[in-house]
Amino acid sequence: MSDQQLRADNSTHPPIVDISGVQKWFGTFQVLKDIALTVARGERIVICGPSGSGKSTLIRCINSLERYQEGRLVVDGYDLGAGQKNIDAVRAEVGMVFQQFNLFPHLTVKENCMLAPMKVRGTSKRDAQELAMRFLTRVRIGDQAEKYPAQLSGGQQQRVAIARALCMTPKLMLFDEPTSALDPEMVKEVLDTMVSLADEGMTMLCVTHEMGFARKVADRVIFMDRGEIIEIGKPEPFFANPQNPRTQAFLGQLLH
Amino acid sequence: MIREFGLSEALAILSGVQSTILLSLIAFAGGGVVGLAIALMRTSERAWLRRCAGFYIDFFQGTPLLMQLFLVFYGLPVLGYKVNPWVAVTIGFTLHASAFLGEVWRGSIQAVPRGQSEAAYALGLSYVSRMRNVVLPQAMRISVAPTVGFMVQLIKGTSLAAIIGFVELSRAAQIIASATYKPLLAYGCAAIVYFLLCFPLSRLSMRLEKRFAVKS
Repeated sequence: MSDQQLRADNSTHPPIVDISGVQKWFGTFQVLKDIALTVARGERIVICGPSGSGKSTLIRCINSLERYQEGRLVVDGYDLGAGQKNIDAVRAEVGMVFQQFNLFPHLTVKENCMLAPMKVRGTSKRDAQELAMRFLTRVRIGDQAEKYPAQLSGGQQQRVAIARALCMTPKLMLFDEPTSALDPEMVKEVLDTMVSLADEGMTMLCVTHEMGFARKVADRVIFMDRGEIIEIGKPEPFFANPQNPRTQAFLGQLLH
Repeated sequence: MIREFGLSEALAILSGVQSTILLSLIAFAGGGVVGLAIALMRTSERAWLRRCAGFYIDFFQGTPLLMQLFLVFYGLPVLGYKVNPWVAVTIGFTLHASAFLGEVWRGSIQAVPRGQSEAAYALGLSYVSRMRNVVLPQAMRISVAPTVGFMVQLIKGTSLAAIIGFVELSRAAQIIASATYKPLLAYGCAAIVYFLLCFPLSRLSMRLEKRFAVKS
């Protein structure tokens, strides 16, 4: 079955993420203003915008690393406003990759990947090991499995972080500026990993400034500014002909 | 009659070391277990737990160990609980050590970068597993030096158990000093034994720190 067909099939399912009317304040400062967004299964979305626009906060709300004060946020059928039980269920199904990798420094690369399957899913040690090696090999880092994170380069660490998230076979992957903390020469290896993940049909929400990546894989690009979603569009029209003056200004700055 | 300071006197001092070691072990064990609970309460998401632990720490850090031992040993019988000296020192040292270790470990837990907890949350790990597998192993490394430092203090602090009747190292030295009129010799012997107990601990701490540094 081709990629396209897969996604067409999925469209009959309820959306993986359904956000409506979400508002969030840090004290008196409003970081999210009346956010509405629906993400279909298999969809790849890139969120961009100036720093402080609330894009990281938005995806951190999706796995409850941040709470919101108003509105409704449903992930994979679980309403996140309805208690801790739903939060735990959602977190096990949603993978997240952080800007600073956040690998566990006291565990080897392989152990980093084995921990959650064993503790959350109750996978046996041997199966977890197999799982870890499968995904480490997939992000082309299987030969480093016995090393500690500090012995790897930034790009390698970020690929381990992706493998660690994949070991939970998530239904949705969140990327919070995954290449922003990397040296320029390591950005490509991480983006390549993300592209291949997208090609395999993973549902992805990526906060990133890598517009090349957005053009290549995004089904929709979202521009946020000052806590609001300003513009949503398919990549070609979004980049070629942005509608909102703030989007135009932002993209103009990126190109120069 | 003034006794000579001979081998039997030296051995009498040395026999106090048994109590000193036993008292230290009790303090480590009680302080370690309760201290961990206090540290976890102090870093809890629930405000009332944090407040209870804060009060506990403030109280037992702010009053002398001597007073705590005294209150437990002589105070509890007033309330109708007769306590034997071992129970009294166990309670007294546990309260004291857990307050200090609780605070040391609270600091170490909070020194583990926030991203570590966030990664654990994002993977769906439970509180127990987040603490046991992610946060505490890293906090432990940070806390090695201050923990061992406090343990060394505690070994020396066990001399306070003398006030409720224990003949440990210091008390044994005191008895021999007043029987032989050779305080310098008697206390000198005790000091050497204290040093022999504490020095290996300090060395161990350095070794552990080095090993952890290599590993990560």
